[in-house]
Amino acid sequence: MSEARTSFVQALVVEEELHLTLVELCRACGAPEDQVTELVLEGVLEPVGQDPELWRFTGPSLGRARLALRLTRDFELDPAGVALALELLDEIMSLRARLARSGML
Amino acid sequence: MKFKDYYEVMGVERTATQDEIKRAYRKLARKFHPDVSKEPNAEARFKEVGEAYEVLKDPEKRAAYDRMGSQWKNGQDFEPPPNWDGGGQFDEREFGFGGGEHSDFFKSLFGRRAHGAQGPRARGHAQGRDNHAQIEIDLEDAYRGAQRTISLRMPVMDAQGNVIAQERKLDVTIPKGVRAGQHLRLNGQGGAGFGEGPAGNLYLEIAFRPDPNFRVEGRDVYMDLPLAPWEAALGAAVTAATPDGPVQLNIPADSRAGRKLRLKGRGIPAKHPGDLYAVLSIALPPADTQGAKAAYRAFGKAFDFDPRAKVEGEPS
Repeated sequence: MSEARTSFVQALVVEEELHLTLVELCRACGAPEDQVTELVLEGVLEPVGQDPELWRFTGPSLGRARLALRLTRDFELDPAGVALALELLDEIMSLRARLARSGML
Repeated sequence: MKFKDYYEVMGVERTATQDEIKRAYRKLARKFHPDVSKEPNAEARFKEVGEAYEVLKDPEKRAAYDRMGSQWKNGQDFEPPPNWDGGGQFDEREFGFGGGEHSDFFKSLFGRRAHGAQGPRARGHAQGRDNHAQIEIDLEDAYRGAQRTISLRMPVMDAQGNVIAQERKLDVTIPKGVRAGQHLRLNGQGGAGFGEGPAGNLYLEIAFRPDPNFRVEGRDVYMDLPLAPWEAALGAAVTAATPDGPVQLNIPADSRAGRKLRLKGRGIPAKHPGDLYAVLSIALPPADTQGAKAAYRAFGKAFDFDPRAKVEGEPS
């Protein structure tokens, strides 16, 4: 008789399948709500919805928020500094991707 | 256990002021932080620097560290002095990239007791913490989906309230189409709840195990496809090993090294799947027999060909 030895845990791809509330995002990042709210006010994260209770963050916000929080902590940055750093990192990534596509990297 | 010279790690004198230590840290962090650095071993270096800074920026920890004296050298065998008291507490939260674990040296000096981890929610009922880990999967798993048993080191709290790392095996379904840098959420597989609160969630950040045959850019996958000179010159039908199994490829005549052949939709699967690119290279057979040498000579005679004709500078 064949029987499944274990049941495999189903995983959701955050970036493709999920939207997160402010509470969920804060739990997932281990960060207090006011810190994540500051990232929203600086434009680092762009949820849809008017009020914080109605905010819905796209899946990629999780990686972005965690990156922003790491930079905040490890470089002792303020929210405006983090916003600038992320914009520059985005630009570097898109330039690297263009270089790679043109075969120069 | 090896002694760690935190001053040497940070490149400062033992007499450095707190400002000098902070400046050194900022500079090293900009150089080695894994989120901004392209240096090899950036992650390991940054952990080392982060740990050194954690001790030297804190006057109490620094004073305790200094009490061991300056005769110790980096990498020397070391045991903490008897009756050592390094001030007891530190918070084994994630620091730096990928969940910083302190070195044994640090733990032996500064204890391993977490503070704040229990917090007010230890009483009453509350959801457990969300946990994060990184896992490496094969590119083939992203093409087909897979069931894998992964082994994680998770922080758990023991009966005394100490945070310890515990090995945990977990059977996980890897969804088809997942890409490096994306996160999987496993509901209820994070930290245990408090009281009757539910467990937290577990997030797994995906990385692809390095594969000498494939490079991944987002959803697109690149592979090198070596050709014999005659296949490149005359065109050929060849079989190429892709992450999704072998495919037949028609190589156009007059193909050059570096040319990319696009296999549309054969990158990482998705609603809008990526493309697979075969990057052509030319492999020369070795001239290691009389017959092979004769063939190369005949080959040379058959052409009036100067490969350096377009190269400016010294004539060849």
